[in-house]
Amino acid sequence: MFIKRRKSWDLPESEVTDYKVYKNRRQFLNTAISVGLASALPSVGLAKPVDELKVFETLKKSQYSTEEEKTTFEAITTYNNFYEFGTSKEAPSLYATEFPDESEPWRVEIDGECENPGVFEYDDLVRPFTMEERIYRMRCVEGWSMVIPWIGFPLGELLKQAKPNSKAKYVEFTTLYDPEQMPGQRREVLDWPYVEGLRIDEAMNPLTILSVGLYGKELLGQNGAPIRLVVPWKYGFKSIKSIVRIRFVEKMPYTAWVKANSSEYGFYSNVNPNVDHPRWSQRKERRIGEFLKRDTLMFNGYGDYVAELYSGMDLKRYF
Amino acid sequence: MLLNSIQAWTSSVISNKDPNSLIRTSHLKVVLFLVCLYPFFFMLWGFFTHQLGANPIDTVTRLSGLWALRFLLITLCVTPLRWLTGLNQLVRFRRMLGLFAFFYATVHMLLYLGLDQFFDWSEIWRDIVKRPFITVGFINFVALLPLVVTSTNKMVKRLGSRRWKKLHRLTYFVAAAACVHFLMLVKADIREPVIYIFILSGLLGVRLLHAGRQKQLNRQ
Repeated sequence: MFIKRRKSWDLPESEVTDYKVYKNRRQFLNTAISVGLASALPSVGLAKPVDELKVFETLKKSQYSTEEEKTTFEAITTYNNFYEFGTSKEAPSLYATEFPDESEPWRVEIDGECENPGVFEYDDLVRPFTMEERIYRMRCVEGWSMVIPWIGFPLGELLKQAKPNSKAKYVEFTTLYDPEQMPGQRREVLDWPYVEGLRIDEAMNPLTILSVGLYGKELLGQNGAPIRLVVPWKYGFKSIKSIVRIRFVEKMPYTAWVKANSSEYGFYSNVNPNVDHPRWSQRKERRIGEFLKRDTLMFNGYGDYVAELYSGMDLKRYF
Repeated sequence: MLLNSIQAWTSSVISNKDPNSLIRTSHLKVVLFLVCLYPFFFMLWGFFTHQLGANPIDTVTRLSGLWALRFLLITLCVTPLRWLTGLNQLVRFRRMLGLFAFFYATVHMLLYLGLDQFFDWSEIWRDIVKRPFITVGFINFVALLPLVVTSTNKMVKRLGSRRWKKLHRLTYFVAAAACVHFLMLVKADIREPVIYIFILSGLLGVRLLHAGRQKQLNRQ
């Protein structure tokens, strides 16, 4: 029997294809989708099939999880706001199928006001932590909501390892900037790269997690693979996706949506039924999959854990 | 030359008066009617076969609004097309197109009232007063009503064609306000509404040019 043992100098077949050729193929497939030829092509090979995704075997359950009915995997992975891939709800699931490019390791830089800055490869970054399942409500600023079984670990645990100093008042997060992989960045819809931020106590709150998966599997591109933030008591856009940089800063970060329209989107953006978006009411929300609207809850129902962070603050002013 | 022959051909083929003509306007009207209903059935079909994505109510609300705007613009194409081609018969289809704009606007409005607000009138009133984009949408719907009421032949006669024409210039306002309504609900990507604004500016610009030229001709 012939068993092929790969020598260290022997490149695997997958590495042989020139990156540019590979890219062009992908581009052709994408064009095929946009001109409506997709149905004529076999759909296999377009996206990474869901059953090829990495599965998380052991997951810690969490006291913070809700018992509410979960939104379907299909809805969670096809109804997305991820402007880096286009502004329609469908665009991310159509154009993030090859994201992130696996030929390059994903790196996250942790820097700023801390003692242990560094650049970490994804695997090294995630390895020390026990993965938990956190079933959270997610409320979009547009007036719809979902219940998503995230997989991740508390952001605070990672931040503590970096040892922030006394000047670290805020944490700033940055999404990857790569118009080649993220076609939505080729137009200036927002000031790329996407930047989000939290006050340090919000970042350390046990509800705040870095997520690497959902429904027991690793994240898909459209959901912010490979690593994203989840802050369940704030509007969805605060939960920044595909993070490449985490920085401790002294001044309040100038975040993407505040930059785009500071009269409509504030730094805090806590879910609050009593403070309307200037153009629409925030009193109610449509849970995806439901017909009737339901009342939006203060802090998205997480007030017991987070209300004290804002005691004494005028939430109408600091929206 | 070409235009003239097309005109001659169409007027011989499409005619209401000539019993020998192959196609009558009434036949074409039936075809057009069905074509105009297509987006409506598309929405119904998609809604009940779960093909409109994860938030179907939002999708149908947007689609119906979009089609109301599109039909407004299509209606405004009729007159410039007539000038361009000399096919005066086109005007016979204008009323139906305009009424379809109203039809889709009504569907849009009912979806908002019913499936967005569940007929909670106090909440609806608050929305109309407080939210400029809802205010514009509501004014727009109300502005369509006199146009619909005066769309019958009888009403045209009663008003006199001069006054009728003057009243129906309201369509320009409604189309412009519909574009603004669209622009106002967009979060960051204004591409789509801007396309419609361009088309509308073109349609209104052509009218200005035409009016200018008529004035010149009259002076000579």
